[in-house]
Amino acid sequence: MNTGIEQPVKLYEKRIPVVTRSVKGRFRNLKSAILLLAYSVYFVLPWLPWSRHDAASQAVMFDMDGRRFFIFNLVVYPQNVFWLALLLFISAVILFFATSLIGRAFCGYFCFQTLWTDLFIWVEHLIQGERPARLRLLKQPWNAEKVIKIGSTHLIWLLVAFWTGMTFILYFGYAPDLLHRFFIGHAAYAAYVGVIGLTLTTYLAAGFMREQICAYVCPYGRFQSVMYDPETLAVAYDVRRGEGDRGRISPKGELKDRQTRLNQGHGDCIDCGFCVQVCPAGIDIRDGLQYRCISCGLCIDACNNIMDSMGYPRGLIRYDSEANLAASVPKAPYIDWKRWKLLGYVLAIVGMSAGLIYSINQRTDFEHSVQQIRQPLFVVLSSGEIRNRYQIRLTNKSDRDVQYRITAKDLPSGALDLGEMQNVTVHSGKSVIVQASVKLQPNQTKKYEHFEFVIQSLNNPTDRAVEAASFYSEKAE
Amino acid sequence: MSQDNKQTQGPQTTGHAWDGDLQEYNNPIPNWWLYAFYISVASAVIYWFIYPAWPIGGSFTKGFNTITYVNDKGITKTTHWNTRALLMAETNEAVAAQKPYYTKVANTPFEQITKDPELNSFVVSAGKQIFSDNCAPCHQQGGAGKIGFAPNLTDDDWLYGGHFANIQQTITGGRHGYMPPFAEVLTDTQVSQLADYVLSLSKIAVNPASAQAGDVLFHSETAACYYCHGANAKGRQEIGSANLTDKIWLWANVPGADTIAGKEEAVKNVIRNGLNKGVMPEWKDRLSADQIKLLAVYVHELGGGK
Repeated sequence: MNTGIEQPVKLYEKRIPVVTRSVKGRFRNLKSAILLLAYSVYFVLPWLPWSRHDAASQAVMFDMDGRRFFIFNLVVYPQNVFWLALLLFISAVILFFATSLIGRAFCGYFCFQTLWTDLFIWVEHLIQGERPARLRLLKQPWNAEKVIKIGSTHLIWLLVAFWTGMTFILYFGYAPDLLHRFFIGHAAYAAYVGVIGLTLTTYLAAGFMREQICAYVCPYGRFQSVMYDPETLAVAYDVRRGEGDRGRISPKGELKDRQTRLNQGHGDCIDCGFCVQVCPAGIDIRDGLQYRCISCGLCIDACNNIMDSMGYPRGLIRYDSEANLAASVPKAPYIDWKRWKLLGYVLAIVGMSAGLIYSINQRTDFEHSVQQIRQPLFVVLSSGEIRNRYQIRLTNKSDRDVQYRITAKDLPSGALDLGEMQNVTVHSGKSVIVQASVKLQPNQTKKYEHFEFVIQSLNNPTDRAVEAASFYSEKAE
Repeated sequence: MSQDNKQTQGPQTTGHAWDGDLQEYNNPIPNWWLYAFYISVASAVIYWFIYPAWPIGGSFTKGFNTITYVNDKGITKTTHWNTRALLMAETNEAVAAQKPYYTKVANTPFEQITKDPELNSFVVSAGKQIFSDNCAPCHQQGGAGKIGFAPNLTDDDWLYGGHFANIQQTITGGRHGYMPPFAEVLTDTQVSQLADYVLSLSKIAVNPASAQAGDVLFHSETAACYYCHGANAKGRQEIGSANLTDKIWLWANVPGADTIAGKEEAVKNVIRNGLNKGVMPEWKDRLSADQIKLLAVYVHELGGGK
């Protein structure tokens, strides 16, 4: 007895494949240009040589073993992690700024997911043909043609994904050498894990998950919509123009003429569906602004092409702001940057960038720390003198060996004892620990409770550091 | 239940029904979840084959994965994979990585080590580790020592000499400090006089007459302190007798006593009861010669050596 049994409510909806039509136009060209630029940078950068003294001659290299990052002439040490924090802040504010101004431009044009998906779709198009051909191929039973076409598509995808992962790894070692070691099986364990992991994730994310990453996985997509204002530019369908009073209608017979359509109360949208077919997110922009829209503008290109062929004015779908679309007499779409929020973002970006540039320019070529030895805090010597000891660590970050001189300011002469290390040579990229001891007569200790160590590079007069230190002694009676 | 109440929408059921209308829902988990579960199961099976996994009576399945290491006797062993062997293998790697530095320390004369910044840095960091593991229980962390228990290694007073070679010898062979008790030989007054003399050597204000008498006693055959501590009371490093003229105290906690009487009492205690506790064990069987050499340099640097 099966009363009450009905259609199950699905918790998990199977993905409907998005098979996109290719399109030509301004935004497609812009996307292609950015794709070309981004790919050139990503894939070529690890192969860019750079003359360097003590390390691999590669312009950008993240040297994990040496714990330093080489970025052209800049060497970043763990101590500079502050720069990374600042860089991330700046990037975040630029994202906020751009999103408030022109919507999800990052998603549509710069995001890796978009870029790689775009390439994978291009490969699909190249091998399997335009959308109708691909749809036909999807439906047809497995035969030689389908196997060859689908198989070669996946093969190329895998190769691209592999080279993507491989390239990522090449940033972490000297590329020609690492590549060689990778293929003869002598690379580090992490390299293989990295390449396999990235190959699989690229293949899956750009080949299969595509718009689902944007809709379900990506956190950026989620919070970018929060930054929208009524003045933010977004891909918008002009409903008033497109639908008129009586809705969209296909252009049959006399309905091809725009004036006739307007007279009959129909809008400019001829319901051709091109805007839907070209959308990589698989949405219908005519349903209004929606969270799945990545703001890439391909539907604008598609619609403009149709408008051109119909002889209607362009811009039925366009980048426009909600405020302007709702205005009784809409102006031409414009970027409204004169807003307090945006000016605040600009201020933050300029301020933090200035801070970052200043900090990078102010870096010394060496890193130092002065640590008082606290086991014990002080020692009474046989003569009754009091001794404090300090550990000075010097790291030479420059690309040549440097000699440093350590002196003390505000101490009586002879009080500072550095053993054999008054002048200490530190090799490029190495650290050295210098033990310093300061010896004072009991009656001097109060006077010299605070003094300073001065560390001076003998090779470069501007590289100088002053570090405050204190002297402990017995409590006064 | 009336027919009117029949739901028109609802979940799938298993098809079982009790009491006429009591049904069991069928809510299958998502496929991705199910596949992840299957993969986990498969991974577990693979794991059983590779790693030690199943107990069988008094034994267990050892897995076909092996690991090779060199044990502390220098014998290369290959065994089934286990975390103990993994630790050994990783220790082997760490030792191998330090090896060139140790070799360099071993082949470099003491004075040259302290002139070489990088070698010296290695000594400071490696020495600290060896010291913490072996020496700190007595000499305290950082070598600060403790009066009445173990010498302070960070001052400039060395019972057996503070040159590199002395320190190396002390660590290698150990030391045994001894001072005979004088309670049965000397009267209480004599002990007080000696104590005052010893304190006066360190510029502590005591009764001058008593100290004077102590001076005489010190150099007489009655007490014969000068046998060991020397005529000038500066001690003799070849037998490890203490320098009594400096301000550093090892056994009598003179700095810890607030009154002159207290300071006197501390010294008198040592004179009466003597000492048989300055025992430093020998390390030649526990540390390698390279380690001892490195430690000698480290300890030398703690106190500035001598």
